[in-house]
Amino acid sequence: MLTRLFPWLNQGMAVLRKDLRIEFRTRYAYSALVMFAVTTLVTVSFSVGGFAPDTDIAAALLWIILFFSAMAGLSRTFVHEEETGTVIALKLAAEPEPVYLGKYFFNVALLFSLSILVVPMFLVMLNLDIAMPVAFVAIVFLGSLGLAGASTILAAIVAKAGAKGSLLTVLAFPILLPLLIGAISGTRSTMSGVSMELVTPDLGLLFFYNGIAVVASLLLFEYVWND
Amino acid sequence: MLNQVEVKHLSKAYSYRKLFTDINVIVPDRSVFVVLGHNGAGKTTFLRILCGLIPATSGEVLFTLDGKSLSPREKRAQIGLVSPDLELYGELTAVENLEFFSGVRGLPFTLDRAREILEMVGLKGRGNDYVGTYSSGMKQRMKYAYALLHDPYILVLDEPTTNLDEKGVALVDSVIRRQREKGIVIMATNEPREVSYADKTLSLA
Amino acid sequence: MIWQIILGIWMTVVIVASFLYMPATQGLGETGRIIVYHVPAAWIAVLAYLMAMVNAIGYLRKKDIRLDRQAQINAELGTIFCILATVTGAIWSKGAWGWYWNWDPRQTSIFVLLLIYGAYFVLRSSITDSDTRARLSAVYAILAFITVPFLVFVIPRVYSSLHPDLINIPQRSLDMDRKMLHVFLSSLAGFTGLYVWMYKVQMRLENLLYKQAMKREG
Repeated sequence: MLTRLFPWLNQGMAVLRKDLRIEFRTRYAYSALVMFAVTTLVTVSFSVGGFAPDTDIAAALLWIILFFSAMAGLSRTFVHEEETGTVIALKLAAEPEPVYLGKYFFNVALLFSLSILVVPMFLVMLNLDIAMPVAFVAIVFLGSLGLAGASTILAAIVAKAGAKGSLLTVLAFPILLPLLIGAISGTRSTMSGVSMELVTPDLGLLFFYNGIAVVASLLLFEYVWND
Repeated sequence: MLNQVEVKHLSKAYSYRKLFTDINVIVPDRSVFVVLGHNGAGKTTFLRILCGLIPATSGEVLFTLDGKSLSPREKRAQIGLVSPDLELYGELTAVENLEFFSGVRGLPFTLDRAREILEMVGLKGRGNDYVGTYSSGMKQRMKYAYALLHDPYILVLDEPTTNLDEKGVALVDSVIRRQREKGIVIMATNEPREVSYADKTLSLA
Repeated sequence: MIWQIILGIWMTVVIVASFLYMPATQGLGETGRIIVYHVPAAWIAVLAYLMAMVNAIGYLRKKDIRLDRQAQINAELGTIFCILATVTGAIWSKGAWGWYWNWDPRQTSIFVLLLIYGAYFVLRSSITDSDTRARLSAVYAILAFITVPFLVFVIPRVYSSLHPDLINIPQRSLDMDRKMLHVFLSSLAGFTGLYVWMYKVQMRLENLLYKQAMKREG
């Protein structure tokens, strides 16, 4: 598997380039993602009012917004292939692993661009201060990465299952729960500024969760992709 | 060295409905094989199993190239498919489509190669238009560009002349003739003109 | 037939003994008797889920649709016993600590298990083609199984537990009353027998339905 990783990565980049190109032209997934995030963010900000909420609550709210926005946008890339019928051409031309890698990179790019937009907005609208900014950025980075890592293969499952409404959210929640709890706990610690020792285990958890999610998806993707 | 496609004891059933059972065929090197049958007889399903897109209920399809039997992953590189339900990326131009499919197959890509292929399928000068804006006949020609891009050993054609005009039909003729000189053509059709190319036929009841 | 009768008598005896033969536990009082049902139910839930997982892996390797049916039956049985374990646990929690539910790590993990298999059944019901259903649900079950262990690490750091630690049992709790131990082990055996019997009945039913469908379609 390792010797094939390099061609897989190369071909995966071709898939990523293709998806980014289509995304730039249609804004199919990004607009859904951003509109969802902004709507929930504004709702939260309105309901909280001018007060800076407790860090416990702020951390949970941030990840709820990111989780549900991710669910609104991440399945688009696979569903689009199924809907337009391009899936046959792709299946015949590409091996399953590069397809997974390409779609994973694409979802990572989507979530990063979402986080870069939404997290600062969140901090500004809720008047929050971050005590440990570097660690905070690391937590948000690894958390978004993990959301994409575990959701990509689930998105492929949902696309095969006929993309029924909220199926992705239902499937993803129990699988993403460890990640969410870790990310919320880490965000809370970095906001209120406890010692670095308390943040390290969360960073470690997010790191290993990412690794295992991607490796497991890479191994299992073939069974989802091929009929 | 042996080059052939062998279909062994192939059966397909959708849940409990049998489509075909125990099909045995050997398609030799440099020949045209035609699958006949009325609508719903399972022609498309047969071709899809052949391409490895869907699994057979039982039996197998063996590709032998230079005496070696190919793995399912190796088969992919040796097949070019044209089919009514295959679609290319409408949001990309023809050249971008070809660039993507070269990249994903791990092949080098040059603009000259793309122009050459587009000219061959009669899309000269339209390479920078979005495939989504093409007419259905042009889309069909574009599928030939997709199928021939990697110079496959086996060309699989499902309803090869769908949506094509006179010139398009002539194009398909020349593609089939050229492919027969270096490999195998497998076709599902009921058009007498295409059936006349057959070295071997199979009738699905 | 004879085994069902023996099982029926066995379970009746266990139930009667859990109230009459077994003494009230120290510290927990009368509510402690629920241990005879709570622990075996949890054990069967874990066993059945584990079997469902093994069946799922087996299906992906062999593509034998019978393995998918076995996975489904195991997942269903696991869920029944998981619900029983959750309910008995909540009742016990009320008796021992004063509340039914407090997001104790043990409660959280069992709740997530129920969520996972809830999602698993939703996924199954949304796919009509039996091969696709088998494949996708097997992949989902495996993915879920891989990520659940993270909960074991992450939750105890966020919420503290009152539940007795089952892995590092301290010496004194091993001194379960001898009579209690008898009833407890008999119940464990009875529950396992019950699981095997339910599994066989379900399997027979599924096979009959499959044959009937085959016949109807010719």
